[in-house]
Amino acid sequence: MPINYYIFLSIALFVIGIIGVLTRRNAIIIFMCIELMLNAVNLMLVAFSKMHHLANALKDASAGIDGQLFVFFIMVVAAAEVSVGLAIIVMMYRNIHSVDVNFLNRLKH
Amino acid sequence: MRSALDIAWLIPIFPLLGFLINGLGRKVLSKSLVSIVGCGVVFASFILSIWIFWEVKNGHTSVINYFDFISVRSLHIPFAFQIDQLSAIFLLIITGVGFLIHVYSTSYMHEESSDHFGRYFSYLNLFIFSMLLLVMGANYIIMFIGWEGVGLCSYLLIGYWFKNTEYNKAANKAFIMNRIGDLGFLIAIFWIISKVGNTNFGDVFSSANSFSSSDVTIITLLLFVGATGKSAQIPLYTWLPDAMAGPTPVSALIHAATMVTAGIYMVARSNALYSLSELSMNVVAIVGLATSILAATIALKQNDIKKVLAYSTVSQLGYMFLALGVGAYSTGVFHVMTHAFFKALLFLAAGSVIHAMGGEQDIRKMGGLNRLKITSITFLIGCIAIAGVPPFSGFFSKDAILLAAFEHNKILYGVALFGAMLTAYYMFRLFFLAFTGKFRGTEEQEHHLHESPPPMTIVLVILAVLSIIGGFIGIPEVIMKGGDKLTEFLAPVIPVRIGEGVSSSTEFSLMALSTGLVVVAIIGAWFRFRKYEFKPSKGLGKILENKWYVDEFYDAIIVRPLNKLGEILNEGLEKSGIDALVNGIGKAVQYGGRQLRWLQSGQVGSYVLLMVVSIVLFFVLQFFLRK
Repeated sequence: MPINYYIFLSIALFVIGIIGVLTRRNAIIIFMCIELMLNAVNLMLVAFSKMHHLANALKDASAGIDGQLFVFFIMVVAAAEVSVGLAIIVMMYRNIHSVDVNFLNRLKH
Repeated sequence: MRSALDIAWLIPIFPLLGFLINGLGRKVLSKSLVSIVGCGVVFASFILSIWIFWEVKNGHTSVINYFDFISVRSLHIPFAFQIDQLSAIFLLIITGVGFLIHVYSTSYMHEESSDHFGRYFSYLNLFIFSMLLLVMGANYIIMFIGWEGVGLCSYLLIGYWFKNTEYNKAANKAFIMNRIGDLGFLIAIFWIISKVGNTNFGDVFSSANSFSSSDVTIITLLLFVGATGKSAQIPLYTWLPDAMAGPTPVSALIHAATMVTAGIYMVARSNALYSLSELSMNVVAIVGLATSILAATIALKQNDIKKVLAYSTVSQLGYMFLALGVGAYSTGVFHVMTHAFFKALLFLAAGSVIHAMGGEQDIRKMGGLNRLKITSITFLIGCIAIAGVPPFSGFFSKDAILLAAFEHNKILYGVALFGAMLTAYYMFRLFFLAFTGKFRGTEEQEHHLHESPPPMTIVLVILAVLSIIGGFIGIPEVIMKGGDKLTEFLAPVIPVRIGEGVSSSTEFSLMALSTGLVVVAIIGAWFRFRKYEFKPSKGLGKILENKWYVDEFYDAIIVRPLNKLGEILNEGLEKSGIDALVNGIGKAVQYGGRQLRWLQSGQVGSYVLLMVVSIVLFFVLQFFLRK
């Protein structure tokens, strides 16, 4: 399959994530949109990695492997982030009985 | 035994120590201790100076290098003292007259509070130190250090009573006028360095012949600018009469006997340079003569006893420059010496009068003060000496100047002779007004009149004796063969002038003429002022009383335009230029801040939106800008 499809899909996912972050006020949905963006990037990385591998496999058996390695790193970081982020959201709900991010601007005081 | 020259450095060190002790300990030392230290250090210097003088007389002169004062690449300015005939004479005058005036001051300033008394003596000692540095320095730089030092002390002592605004203004005036002259001196030094590579007197004078004539003329004229500032000559003389704001002994020491003769010392020291430039010599002679006549005319109408003496000092300094200008350097130095004696005497006697009158300085309110026996007699001696009646000291020095002027140019002689007459007239006007007739002051002052205490009168008597006999070291050759000891003594430093000479009969008739005119002037003053009624003067008298309006003239052409310029710069450049710029920057930043703070709303969503928009913009820009 040509690389273009992957790129368009990835861009579509990323833009959906951005629009979600910008427009939604529910913290959990924002969180999910961030995950979406991360996965869009992951998809892009894997696609390019595969492309490089196919193009250079004859010269170098491990060509493009580092792109896939990055994906694993991102997954790990995302998992850690989710655990911290959900914990924050839970604490937030306990304190203000809401997960609306616009309430959070009181942090500035 | 070691030679005195080895310990020459002690001479200035003593007064410096005195300055430190009195200056630092003025709050703890008692007045008598301050007096002992103050006078003692100067006396120690005086004794050493006599010793040095003796050595120099026996032919031991030298330049003593102590250490490198300035060392920059090829320029080396050593800290060196030059001990020779000229500096030895000045050492004696400075420490000798200086010591007498210190002693006088202990009594004159006795009513000051203890710490001010200490301050006064520390300044005096610092002055002696600076003056010694000035005359002992073996190059122009060391001389300049002393030159600035005496200017500073003069400033400090004129403004000694610093609570009086007028006195402070006088001090400022003296300092600023001196600075103008100093600038000339400084440029001359730089010029010399650029030509010779250093400023040692020996090197400069020995290479003077290789200078181009314009260089010599410019250097000597610039040096003379310095001299006009320090020695109160036209156009920078106006500070000296105002400098009388200081205590009277200071006027005697600094503004009559020593500091103001620094300019004469400098020109006499640089005689090798001046002799090479006809133009500079003429400028010196004419400026000196003009100053002496101008100041003498002003002195005719002054009513403040110290102002009369101040203008008389300016006038006598003019005479000295006349002598230098016609090439009679040693005669100029001779007049410095006799003038130091009789002018110090006159000032100190005036101080004694002021002391007796309880601070009154106006001679219109004096009269009949001959009841102060010692003061009046010594004052009379001073007057006779300055007027130039033989055989008092002033006669010999002034006559030598007149003779030198006569040999040089008959017109200079005529004008100088007229000046001598004026001198006799105004000095005896002062004497008759203050000391004869009936008392014109208040009852209380009359009741309070008293002769000054012994330290003051003893000093007066010593100076009076010196004023009488001081001239005998320079008796003209026609009267006594080998009588002109001073010129002979100074010959190694100042080459003896070989003029066309005048026949002895001419010389005698010149002496007779000047003496006769002086006596006529004195008798004229007697008839005019023995019965004095004060009348406001008009016409020429009023102009003279107002000092030819020179101060007003300077005020109009220099001070006020400068103030105006300052005002314009203040209003225009400062307030609407620089201030506006600085304030404008501040206002712009504040305004920008006020506008930008709406961006910082605290809404997370808007931040994120901004971030996304910026990133998109960034990519778009990069896409279009990429080639």
